[in-house]
Amino acid sequence: MESKKAILALADGKVFQGCSFTGPGETWGEIVFNTSMTGYQEVLTDPSYTGQIVSMTYPHVGNYGINEQDMESERIRVEGFILREYHPVPSNWRSRQALSEFLTAAGVLGITGIDTRALTRHLRERGAMTGFISTEDLDPDSLVEKARRAPTLDNRDLVKDVTCKQPYVWVPDENGGRREFNPAAIEDWTRTRGRYRVAAMDYGIKFNILRLLAAHGAAVLVLPAATPPDEVLGYNPDGIFLSNGPGDPAAVTYVYENLRGLLGQRPIFGICLGHQMLGLAMKGSTFKLKFGHRGANQPVKDLTTGKIEITSQNHGYCVDMDSLAGQDIRLTHVNLNDNTLEGLADEKRGFFSVQYHPEASPGPHDASYLFERFIKLMRK
Amino acid sequence: MPKRTDIKKILIIGSGPIVIGQACEFDYSGTQACKSLKDEGYEVILVNSNPATIMTDPDFADRTYIEPITPEIVAQIIERERPDALLPTLGGQTGLNTAVAVAEAGVLEKFGVEMIGATLDVIKKAEDRELFREAMGRINQRVPRSGIARSIEDCFRIAEELSYPLIVRPSFTLGGSGGGVAYNREDLEQIASLGLDLSMIHEVMLEESIIGWKEFELEVMRDRMDNVVIVCSIENIDPMGVHTGDSITVAPAQTLTDREYQEMRDAAIAIIREIGVDTGGSNIQFAVNPQTGEMVVIEMNPRVSRSSALASKATGYPIAKLAAKLAVGYTLDEIPNDITRETQASFEPTIDYCVVKIPRWTFEKFPGTEDFLTTSMKSVGETMAIGRTFAEALQKGLRSLEISRYGFFGDGRNRLDSDPALVEPEIIRSRLRTANSQRIFYLAAALKAGFSIEEINELTGIDPWFLYHFDRLVKRGREIEALGPLFGSPETAAARTDLAEELLRAKRDGFSDIQLAHMWGWKEDQIRSLRKSLGVNSVYKLVDTCAAEFEAYTPYYYSTYEEEDEIRSTDRKKVIILGGGPNRIGQGIEFDYCCVHASFALREMGIESIMVNSNPETVSTDYDTSDRLYFEPLTKEDVLNIIEKEKPLGVIVQFGGQTPLNLAVPLAEAGVNILGTSPDSIDRAEDRERFQVMLKKLGLVQPPNGTAMTVEEATKVAAEIGYPVVVRPSYVLGGRAMQIVYDVDSLAGFVRYAQEASEGHPILIDKFLEDAIELDVDAVSDGHRAIIGGIMEHIEEAGVHSGDSACALPPHSLSAQLIETIKEAAKAMAKELNVIGLMNVQFAVKDDELYVLEVNPRASRTVPFVSKATGLPLAKVATRVMLGQSLDDQGIFDEPAPKHVSVKEAVFPFNRFPGVDTILGPEMKSTGEVMGIDSEFGLAYAKSQMATGEMLPLEGNIFISVRDRDKKMAVKVARRFADQGFKIIATRGTAQAIAEAGVEVETVNKVFEGRPHVVDLIKNGRIHFIANTSLGHRTVIDSISMRRTALLYKIPYVTTMAGALATAQACEALRNHKITVKTIQEFHQVD
Ligand SMILES: Nc1ncnc2c1ncn2[C@@H]1O[C@H](COP(=O)(O)OP(=O)(O)O)[C@@H](O)[C@H]1O
Ligand SMILES: Nc1ncnc2c1ncn2[C@@H]1O[C@H](COP(=O)(O)OP(=O)(O)O)[C@@H](O)[C@H]1O
Ligand SMILES: [Mg+2]
Ligand SMILES: [Mg+2]
Repeated sequence: MESKKAILALADGKVFQGCSFTGPGETWGEIVFNTSMTGYQEVLTDPSYTGQIVSMTYPHVGNYGINEQDMESERIRVEGFILREYHPVPSNWRSRQALSEFLTAAGVLGITGIDTRALTRHLRERGAMTGFISTEDLDPDSLVEKARRAPTLDNRDLVKDVTCKQPYVWVPDENGGRREFNPAAIEDWTRTRGRYRVAAMDYGIKFNILRLLAAHGAAVLVLPAATPPDEVLGYNPDGIFLSNGPGDPAAVTYVYENLRGLLGQRPIFGICLGHQMLGLAMKGSTFKLKFGHRGANQPVKDLTTGKIEITSQNHGYCVDMDSLAGQDIRLTHVNLNDNTLEGLADEKRGFFSVQYHPEASPGPHDASYLFERFIKLMRK
Repeated sequence: MPKRTDIKKILIIGSGPIVIGQACEFDYSGTQACKSLKDEGYEVILVNSNPATIMTDPDFADRTYIEPITPEIVAQIIERERPDALLPTLGGQTGLNTAVAVAEAGVLEKFGVEMIGATLDVIKKAEDRELFREAMGRINQRVPRSGIARSIEDCFRIAEELSYPLIVRPSFTLGGSGGGVAYNREDLEQIASLGLDLSMIHEVMLEESIIGWKEFELEVMRDRMDNVVIVCSIENIDPMGVHTGDSITVAPAQTLTDREYQEMRDAAIAIIREIGVDTGGSNIQFAVNPQTGEMVVIEMNPRVSRSSALASKATGYPIAKLAAKLAVGYTLDEIPNDITRETQASFEPTIDYCVVKIPRWTFEKFPGTEDFLTTSMKSVGETMAIGRTFAEALQKGLRSLEISRYGFFGDGRNRLDSDPALVEPEIIRSRLRTANSQRIFYLAAALKAGFSIEEINELTGIDPWFLYHFDRLVKRGREIEALGPLFGSPETAAARTDLAEELLRAKRDGFSDIQLAHMWGWKEDQIRSLRKSLGVNSVYKLVDTCAAEFEAYTPYYYSTYEEEDEIRSTDRKKVIILGGGPNRIGQGIEFDYCCVHASFALREMGIESIMVNSNPETVSTDYDTSDRLYFEPLTKEDVLNIIEKEKPLGVIVQFGGQTPLNLAVPLAEAGVNILGTSPDSIDRAEDRERFQVMLKKLGLVQPPNGTAMTVEEATKVAAEIGYPVVVRPSYVLGGRAMQIVYDVDSLAGFVRYAQEASEGHPILIDKFLEDAIELDVDAVSDGHRAIIGGIMEHIEEAGVHSGDSACALPPHSLSAQLIETIKEAAKAMAKELNVIGLMNVQFAVKDDELYVLEVNPRASRTVPFVSKATGLPLAKVATRVMLGQSLDDQGIFDEPAPKHVSVKEAVFPFNRFPGVDTILGPEMKSTGEVMGIDSEFGLAYAKSQMATGEMLPLEGNIFISVRDRDKKMAVKVARRFADQGFKIIATRGTAQAIAEAGVEVETVNKVFEGRPHVVDLIKNGRIHFIANTSLGHRTVIDSISMRRTALLYKIPYVTTMAGALATAQACEALRNHKITVKTIQEFHQVD
């Protein structure tokens, strides 16, 4: 592997040195850390990371290469990847490619040799911030300046960059499934029998949500984020799914305003940004967490059953629990680490949502029961 | 939901003596459990026969029974204590099996005791291989195909169906004892018959072999609300076929994708639910086919285990403590995470470093057994290392092993580097193909010799991920070596601009200063001082359960070479305690006990205690034992790095055994303040010549002796002192390679053997004191005054290593006058050596003459035993002395004089090493010890035997066969047994002597005299106790088959006449008294 010196500069002036394992390049974005010990391929391809550079806290990354099945969207979404120790020779029966090849082909910069623990501690203390990485400009001061000047995620609509341009149908296959844009397929979908027709609003949807909806007996039509409510209802779905997605929820006003037109019309299930959209549609507010929740070990308590789920999470913003006070909805889940809101439900209007990721990928499957719940809700 | 209030009193069963497969990890978990249940306000009753444990210290449980862990004794304790609940999951397989037996005997029902943690059903479902398979079937988990056999005939039938090789696995045994791989019918017969015998329910399972698949373990916790978390995943570097206890393992798993890992996690959760462990921890093992990803379940242990201790140390998540709390009704979200404080235990730890565990074997102690590893565990200890990368952790782990190695290769200590005959490709291939204790070093040799990763993968089954790292290290080694000529000397190197960067790069891959020094032809200190001058220093990071997501409050550190240092130093007074490293024969839990006591004493004095150790099984490496914990190798380099950061008042080296003691001089030379006895005094006791001068000065005697460098010299010395002689290498531990030589003919062989064990050092030759009584004395001295903690009279005569012989405190056959002389001699030596702290002396008494065998100015193996026997916490007293509190200051004037008798007995691993002779000698072989306490010697000795698992006969046939010298004693023994109504059977010569003395005796053939012979009688169950001594090598070999048979058939046997007599006494006591139980607190009260 050709290693090229690289510098990571943070907007607050902190600088780290490492080297690139993907050749020369430059990138910038919000620097966040993820504490999962497995699942880097899923992280890289998760559209919710748009605009962000991810630092993995587990030191060895690249171990099992890249395979065909573990994609969460059709391509890499992170702006850059920061590691302590890149592992160049993958070992796994499913591996088709080394991580560096995958990143290089997509033109995404990966750097290694960083004291990622120090970086994590820094972000924990100072909060998430913008960073700039370069193998070209190695002057720390100039890089810090560039990091300062780069836009932050706040008030930016990133959903429009990741949502599908056209509706498509999710067709399960041996590799998990594929997207079918053919209008005939959509025609077929509207005539589906024996399976629930779900319209999934694509704010940056992860494939595993589609795989799981399909596995639970749903036929899924994926719609662009800006699809107006009457158009959505025009497809006459049995239920509506609101997906995860990147960026500041408050910035995508058109999404949650549209959503108001759907509330009470059909059973609705939301995940992550979908959950935040519900919160905003209900006139609640969101706020930015200091450094977010990104990992596969976050404990969430189901307030209905008292049981704890270990959940997969990836969010930097959160619905403010207090902003929903007085509303006629139930808070269903709470994060045990910091007591932030993790789930809400409205039985009357038939919707529920969670902030975390029951589709996991990567992460534990403890919360997959929520997909069944959605199916049940459509059955009624 | 809060804890249960319907139970008040809880009985915990410990795991008994340290044996292979069950070591200090159960003291660690038991101690945690006792502490946390007591904190919760429960009354804790503990039974454990192992005196060297922290858990049996009088303060840890409310009432502590140091009594044999047998169903009968536990039943008696239950009857006496009437506990509300029994917690069986903390005492390893012993605790579990005993609990099952007690429950099945109806004792729990009779006294209304509830089993908490795991119920009888659960234990059976998890432990019974057939029930377990059925359970797995119900939840669609695949297990290897198999059949259950209850006889050899069953075995052959099943073998037809499954085809060889077959894995033989007995039900209800531990550490895979009695198991193995059968490649053919003959193997099967041999392994299965042993397995059937060792299984508590006479059952073995034959299994389809999946040797070579990847092996994984998950540590799972579940609470009564059905919340489940996975604490840690562990991947074995050695694939299936090598017991996990014998595998080098890594945490977390490295080669699983998230999809595969989650599938395993789902399976683990389904399994713990199906088996029904509803409060506590379990260990679940899986295998994964590297070609297809197919996963099978291997087994589940419904209790804390060696791996759970490892997982706790690897993550900072205290499994045993939580298991105890869950057992009394807490749920995971009600228990705070000690490390982060703000979060709860209901999460899954995530780590941002790599952990490597490496087992420690002692094959060299068991000549006659082959060094290879299978499904039955053989290692006696383990070490763990933490690094930011695998390479760093691996090299740290290898230098923590205490086998004089300082890395993967290139440390100048590798025989494979210097002896080309050892690295012939064919030899390498065979050493790679069959796993063995040296395989890790052969991997380096193979890579150096140009073997491809593909070939090595094929030979070993080791995953290419690991091989990549091994290979990378070898390549890095080459690069580093190539720098040598460029750098030249330290002086010329200092001028180079790339030096700092190269040093840092090497350190980041875990290379030690010794490796670098060797590769560049420099001295270790030169590397160190250059490093220091260039600012290439280790930094310390926290083990915090959460990869830095939350602030951590527990100061549990490991070193690495990176940017940020997280040490939060304080200005308080502090002291560093150096631990003992991995357990091995000769240095085990006893020393950890002393270190832990030192830490407690320091904290009581308001001094900050800092522990350095690398053994994950121990209490000393629990993050709340000391104020700070450094999980680090115990080498000069690693220790000095910590000292430089912490700047302690001083360092305690005398508690951790030989490991820290060996560091005393190098540390002192580096300017470190060694607390207590000075390194020079230590040297005076260890150096032969200086020691002789001291003895002369004090008017004490040693057995006549001399030293030799060659066989010729040895022959001369031996002739001068006269045979028999004791031959031993110098600078070794635990009587390593030590032998008694009776004649000149066998001398040369033994001298060579000793030379091999300690190359380049002189051979020591002593007059062997025949039939001498051996004594151990533990004393503590403040430099002005010493007090004797205890005098232990060995049961076996001198010549049996002190660690292997049973002993009694107080002595039972010495005159008051002799005892006075012994005390005076010990005190005189303490004074002369200016001992400040602990001292141990071994004496021998022959014909009323007192000989000094050796003096160890440090904690000894017997310190915990003496402390338990007398109630005087010697190690704490010694710690205070070392910090300047005199014995007067501490108010310690009287020497303890217990009214009860305490007997220590050793426990041996012979059943793990097929073909090894069980005879005792001056080389130590035991792995652990038990204690029996009672009002008189016979009862205390009987209890000690019961505690080792020996069932002393109350009637039946006693077999005696002795060498000529012992005939007189044999008569005495025979009479004593005959008087109790036993029938005596003896071999010809012995029978004659016994008959002549007028005792009725039956004669039986020796093995080579024709059939039926004694082995036939043993196999037919006609013999109930064996007393057998033999002389020299010839008869030893003749009688091996008899001793091995006795071992296999679990017939109690002794190989000394002193032991036989003690047994006769014990049988007598058992016939005349009912065994009663009493707590250690009660025993101490009476004194
Ligand atoms: N079917 C099998 N094929 C190959 N190796 C096996 C098989 N079953 C077990 N082993 C090996 O034997 C070891 C011990 O087996 P295990 O069931 O874990 O017994 P124990 O109770 O002694 O831990 C395992 O760690 C594994 O390496
Ligand atoms: N001269 C001797 N005569 C008889 N037995 C001896 C003699 N020297 C040593 N031994 C026996 O050998 C054992 C081990 O010797 P020791 O010097 O204590 O070695 P270590 O340092 O390994 O404990 C002693 O416990 C004792 O039983
Ligand atoms: Mg096992
Ligand atoms: Mg000794």
